Amino acid sequence: MALPTLLNTRSPLAPPPAQRAHLEALPLARTFDEAAAAADHDPLRPAAATTLQINVGKRCNQVCRHCHVDAGPDRREVMPDEVVEACFALLAATDIPTVDITGGAPELHPRFRDMVARAAGLGRRVLDRCNLTVLTLPAYEDLAEFLAGHHVEIVASLPSYAGAMTDRQRGEGVFEQSIEALRRLNALGYGTPGSGLELNLVTNPVGAFLPAGQAALERDWKRELERRHGIRFNRLFTMTNMPISRYLDWLEQSGNLRGYMDRLVQAFNPAAVDGLMCRHTLSVGWDGRLHDCDFNQMLDLAVDPSAPQTVMDLARGLTAPGGTPASPARALAALQRRRIATGPHCFGCTAGAGSSCGGATATA
Amino acid sequence: MDTYYHPPDLGKFGDVGKDAPELWEKFSAWYDAVFAEGALTEREKALIALAVAHAVQCPYCIDAYTTASLEKGAAPDQMTEAVHVAAAIRGGAALVHGVQMRNRLDKVSM
Repeated sequence: MALPTLLNTRSPLAPPPAQRAHLEALPLARTFDEAAAAADHDPLRPAAATTLQINVGKRCNQVCRHCHVDAGPDRREVMPDEVVEACFALLAATDIPTVDITGGAPELHPRFRDMVARAAGLGRRVLDRCNLTVLTLPAYEDLAEFLAGHHVEIVASLPSYAGAMTDRQRGEGVFEQSIEALRRLNALGYGTPGSGLELNLVTNPVGAFLPAGQAALERDWKRELERRHGIRFNRLFTMTNMPISRYLDWLEQSGNLRGYMDRLVQAFNPAAVDGLMCRHTLSVGWDGRLHDCDFNQMLDLAVDPSAPQTVMDLARGLTAPGGTPASPARALAALQRRRIATGPHCFGCTAGAGSSCGGATATA
Repeated sequence: MDTYYHPPDLGKFGDVGKDAPELWEKFSAWYDAVFAEGALTEREKALIALAVAHAVQCPYCIDAYTTASLEKGAAPDQMTEAVHVAAAIRGGAALVHGVQMRNRLDKVSM
């Protein structure tokens, strides 16, 4: 049975400012800015934007215990048409090579297929951050075929190849449905080398510890998913759980928050800073606001106030709030000169081998 | 309440280096080398350490190597089997002394 969202239960940790205050109150050994400065990133600034990550909303058919979005069936935030159009105006006017569509379950957005088709039509690499079970819902049974038809790269969440561990984090019965979805994707050619249909899995720890080494885990996963279920996939990405929203609430409730944050700080890896996704990704919220990453988005941390604030600003070519229109490309260039907003949660992306939407970013 | 073992003390392990830093540095370098990938994987070494931690009944080591085993990709069933190995060896070590008992019994009995 699905658990309620923090919003639905009126949890004190539901509002993003409460989460930020909770994290800031922890007596950590150093700040993230101090750590980044010691790694020659003072201040932390973006490199070229290689990915436009579009978060289309918080609706989801699952209510996972670690979700940093606090997504669920009761959430009503859905990206409106104006924002969708601004995203595509920006894409058409720039050469950002990858479009990463996320949520919630992004496939539940009424214009998901339209967005995929347009992004593919612009010649961009398209990623769908898929929870797998959505592919088995009655109204979405042709979705896997649609994704294959547009050569969409699927990045699918599956914390463990052991059913009990996956269900513990993602809900009763999720593992079996996920395996069914993976079988459908395999039958279409997803996960078969040379098919051009990329199927990558994302695993994150089921608890308060860091992920294991990505390469070693990938070998285990390929062996075990093939042996147990006949499933094939291309790559496994390890992701560190971020102390945000429901995972933050779980850390707090289970008495793990202080120990986990100390672990993240202690495991800071200077080599992981270069590859931080906030340096390479531009994150758009369902309401069009810009963020340095999806985690800052969920903490309601806006981009540097001197930079364009919304994707509508970028599409109109505004190089600064209230400025005069130039071009989307110049507005994007102005945005890329910003200072990245940071906080204690950022240690989640630099611990050990680093963590990003594309998995590990360094050697531990 | 005062006890000999405090979980936060694990984080102060480095304090043992005070007043004898060279010895601590040598221990640390050797310790790091022991747990690095070699003929055994890091995961196998973490599981051995977890088992030994139970055999020597070190609560600090049990905490540390439970987390380390998970962070090296060990699964709960593997960790539980490792603890059974430690328990079996401890139990077996007690029981094998039964041979000594049998020997003595034979000697002193008619």
